[in-house]
Amino acid sequence: MKELSLNILDIAQNSVKAGATLVEIQLTETAETLTIRIVDNGCGMTAAQVESVMDPFFTTRTTRSVGLGVPLLKLAAEQTGGSVEIASSAEAADHGTAVTALFYKNHIDFTPLGDIISTVTALIQGAPGIDWRFVHSRGGDAVTLDTRELRAVLGDVPLDQYDVMQWIGDYLREGYEALPACE
Amino acid sequence: MKSLAELAAIREKMKDKVILREGSGEIRVVVGMATCGIAAGARPVLNAFVEGVNKEGLADKVTVSQTGCIGVCQFEPVVEVFEADKEKVTYIKMTPEKAAEVIEKHLKGGQVIADYTITKALA
Repeated sequence: MKELSLNILDIAQNSVKAGATLVEIQLTETAETLTIRIVDNGCGMTAAQVESVMDPFFTTRTTRSVGLGVPLLKLAAEQTGGSVEIASSAEAADHGTAVTALFYKNHIDFTPLGDIISTVTALIQGAPGIDWRFVHSRGGDAVTLDTRELRAVLGDVPLDQYDVMQWIGDYLREGYEALPACE
Repeated sequence: MKSLAELAAIREKMKDKVILREGSGEIRVVVGMATCGIAAGARPVLNAFVEGVNKEGLADKVTVSQTGCIGVCQFEPVVEVFEADKEKVTYIKMTPEKAAEVIEKHLKGGQVIADYTITKALA
């Protein structure tokens, strides 16, 4: 993947497929690191399934339900000296999955984040019926979007209505203009 | 600054309109957005269709949606166009520029761009 935002788009699609009703994408930056967390309340995975999405070539899977998405994210993180962790529960009481990827931004093999706004709008366009929470924090400030707040104002108007999609894009662009740069 | 008040205005504006829901269009444009598609550049292609269809005023007859892996990863980004009573058209190796052409010639003009289809590639 040329941009980490493409990995995020890819991984968050798994949350949609897992039947999540809320997906949170959290980006947290320090001077040296970028942490990407994708947390959902979808159906979750068993420990064996978590193992298999991490390393699909070592499984005995017979279906094509597991792909290269997580390994590509893992590769992108590990080539900067970082790592990927997956915590998941398939228990009825607290089902869901949290994927956490740590990147060292100053490493020569760090992939730039790229067009994260397009990733957020593509995700909402693809699954307008569920809720999305996006938070990008950096230097004590943050860009935040929570579709639950939008829905409270929009009522019956769906999130993928074009005017709404444009508002979301513009809102995020304004948020990024106000976000302090990180060295 | 963008405010929630603008969303309230959108809601107000939409109140008297029939809100378009997925599947209401006569033409369905489906963009493959699995790992293979995304890696090959499907995101800007999706954006080009979403924006182009709305800017060209086609939103009442064309819906744009996303799907997983279509199974021809070597031809990604892949876009399928479904239209009632017509054969499915599969466009391959799409770009935002090709998307603009498909909107103009195919979605607006009803003319399939044969050069961009999988049929052509396999011929």
